[in-house]
Amino acid sequence: MARPSEVAVALNRFGLGARPDDEAPADPKSWLVAQFENYDANPAVFSGAQDSATLGAGYAEAMLEAKDADRAAKMAARKTARQKAQALYRDEVDTRARAALETSTPFVERLVHFWSNHFAISAEKPQVTLIAGAFEREAIRPHVLGHFEDMLLAAERHPAMLFYLDQVRSIGPNSRFASRAAKRIAKRKPGINENLAREIMELHTLGVRSGYSQTDVTEFALALTGFSTGRAQERGQAGAFTFRPGLHEPGERTIMGKTYHQSGEKQALAVLSDLAAAEATATHIATKLARHFIADEPPAAVVTRLAEAFRRSKGDLVAVYRALIDSPEAWQPAAAKFKTPWEWTISALRGLGRSDIGKPRLAQLLNQIGQPVWRPRSPAGYDDVAGSWAAPDALVRRVEAAQRLAAQSGDIDPRDLARKLFAGSLSELTVAEIDRAESRRTGIALLLVSPDFQRR
Amino acid sequence: MKRRQFLTLAGAGLGSMLIAPRIVFANVETDRRFVFIIQRGAADGLNTIIPYAEPAYRTLRGPLAIDNPIKLDGTFGLHPSLTGLRKLHQDKQALFVHAVASPYRERSHFDGQNVLESGGTSPYERKDGWLNRLVGMLPKSRGEAIAFAPTIPLALRGQADVTSYAPSALPEAPDDLMMRVGKLYDADEQLHALWSSAMETRALGAVNAQRKDAASVGRTAAGFLSKADGPRVAMIETSGWDTHSGQQGRLANQLRALDALIDALHVGLGDDWNDTTVLAATEFGRTAAVNGTGGTDHGTASAAMLAGGAVNGGRVLADWPGLSTSALHQGRDLAPTLDLDALIAVTAAETFGFDPEETMRTLFAGGRFDPAISDIVRK
Repeated sequence: MARPSEVAVALNRFGLGARPDDEAPADPKSWLVAQFENYDANPAVFSGAQDSATLGAGYAEAMLEAKDADRAAKMAARKTARQKAQALYRDEVDTRARAALETSTPFVERLVHFWSNHFAISAEKPQVTLIAGAFEREAIRPHVLGHFEDMLLAAERHPAMLFYLDQVRSIGPNSRFASRAAKRIAKRKPGINENLAREIMELHTLGVRSGYSQTDVTEFALALTGFSTGRAQERGQAGAFTFRPGLHEPGERTIMGKTYHQSGEKQALAVLSDLAAAEATATHIATKLARHFIADEPPAAVVTRLAEAFRRSKGDLVAVYRALIDSPEAWQPAAAKFKTPWEWTISALRGLGRSDIGKPRLAQLLNQIGQPVWRPRSPAGYDDVAGSWAAPDALVRRVEAAQRLAAQSGDIDPRDLARKLFAGSLSELTVAEIDRAESRRTGIALLLVSPDFQRR
Repeated sequence: MKRRQFLTLAGAGLGSMLIAPRIVFANVETDRRFVFIIQRGAADGLNTIIPYAEPAYRTLRGPLAIDNPIKLDGTFGLHPSLTGLRKLHQDKQALFVHAVASPYRERSHFDGQNVLESGGTSPYERKDGWLNRLVGMLPKSRGEAIAFAPTIPLALRGQADVTSYAPSALPEAPDDLMMRVGKLYDADEQLHALWSSAMETRALGAVNAQRKDAASVGRTAAGFLSKADGPRVAMIETSGWDTHSGQQGRLANQLRALDALIDALHVGLGDDWNDTTVLAATEFGRTAAVNGTGGTDHGTASAAMLAGGAVNGGRVLADWPGLSTSALHQGRDLAPTLDLDALIAVTAAETFGFDPEETMRTLFAGGRFDPAISDIVRK
């Protein structure tokens, strides 16, 4: 028999939170490992979803149609497109949450959320808002149990990332396009945009201050020119990754002391491949994973262990996750991680046995409690430390949200629920306060905002 | 057309538009409205309808004794926060019932509310609620009811169709929940510090916000109930009555909010108030004596309040058991001398013109009809 605290750790720290209908895993570690076999990258809940190619093409065509219209008609077309994107975004957020409520592999589902935040996009421009959900489905979900390099390539070439970090308009100054443009308009010189190159190095792979220079960033940005999407005129292509040789800066590039002689698309792919395999990347990813699962200041020994697993396996993510599961530090009974609003909401809905979203829409609720899904407003994604989430007003908002969720919870007895969700490891103080609550609803709300439930 | 003629015509047009729907329905069915307000958390009857003339009251309550009640008669006074109900009492539209309790005699909130709402004699005996069974007694065209809550509370659950309405923004959490959360965080260094800071900020605007919330619920409910084709039965949930500590200020806030809610119903219903009965009740009362933390603990009998143009008010209905030690239930609580179930059944029956005994059987099958309770609502 597994110790109650280990069951609770597996369900709540590694998983997305216990459900009342969950059977407590007999062997928590095997339960986690088995999820690598049972994970479904494309579960039924997404069956009605549209892919980014279709969505992006639709958007581009709508904009193209309005191109020659008058000002008012153009504004109206943009407004319609924005509203459509917003409506789809709300649906996608609900669907993402439903997947998290229904999944039989909550540990892997948590990893999907982790990686999606690692390769953060922010749904502000309508083109990005429209395909934020598709980005996670297409770039993250298929690779969460694969190799880091594959996920990296999928994320950086996804239209959502290309639009978000302004890559689509990054043009080599000596590219064919630039030369032609220079002949037409002498004053406007097309050039590169360093945004994507910098964030790949700083956020997605090596990590900040890990030894690369501004020259390396600029060289990498030049190598990346040509990474774009199809033009609106190319029917059906506008929503898909396209390498546009005409935009690519010719010539070899030197990045961090290595010279890349490749031409065209192959050049940046070779750089990405080297970045994926870099020492610093292994440490960066290991640190973020250990921070996510163990503590805001992760123990150095675990970081070393995970980084070693990353290097030895050449970025095989399952090998890294196994090293994490095998780390005793990850199984400390005391919960050190303060849940983000997303984690808290999902664990609350799971805890209440919910499988549907209903009202309020998840997007609305997450806005109110401070973590709009896929909208971190920074390519760094949302912070993974308590300091960013545990704040006075944030706590009050969680209490209000808990009250709202509890009011929808029907006839659940908070005393039974508390026992089930924490596998008997709930603190005595919380048990006593729930017992004393003036109503079932108050009891449920208290359970959801208890120190035990706020952390994992 | 002369100006005078034009005005007359316009007036007639407007008048017939406003009155027409009511005339149609008034001829067909009842126009009576019934609103049940549940006070979750065991509201303190003794400091709501105060037995100020009873010497033991002051002794038992000590620092919690209310010095300045609004005198209703030679025995009872109203909590000073209940200014709207005082006016209704003067207009003979408010009736207070004391030492009343459901059949439940233990002290668990969850179980007590289950008995109060289901209408059973013990917890979890029945799956549906008495208010829903009341809706079932109404003619179909009037048979809809509404809960002002995100989900349907047990009292309204059952076979009859019922709807619910709640505003979509996050509702502000009541003081009671905030206090309990504060306790939960007491031993947690990180959360305690954050919570204390949040409460300092909140203290600035809390009371007004709570009262405003209550009034807006009342207004919303009145909006639904005053529609010609709107619901005739409604349930409104209030919570935060579990005053184990800091009772003086908290109960005053709670009662002010309840008073504001009833006032908003009164104002919002306009002429329909004359056809309305509002009944407020709680799952059980609180200890007769003050406890060690400036509050009271779970007790037995409490008070119920009725308001509305249809209520035969201006009085306190009680078979007063007294507060001497020997008179107290188990030596600690106000003893129940009136049955809340019977009060509910008679109130509902008289509101809609049903036979009281039959209503009792339908709503509270296990209970005993009490002929002493009558003339609660004007025919």
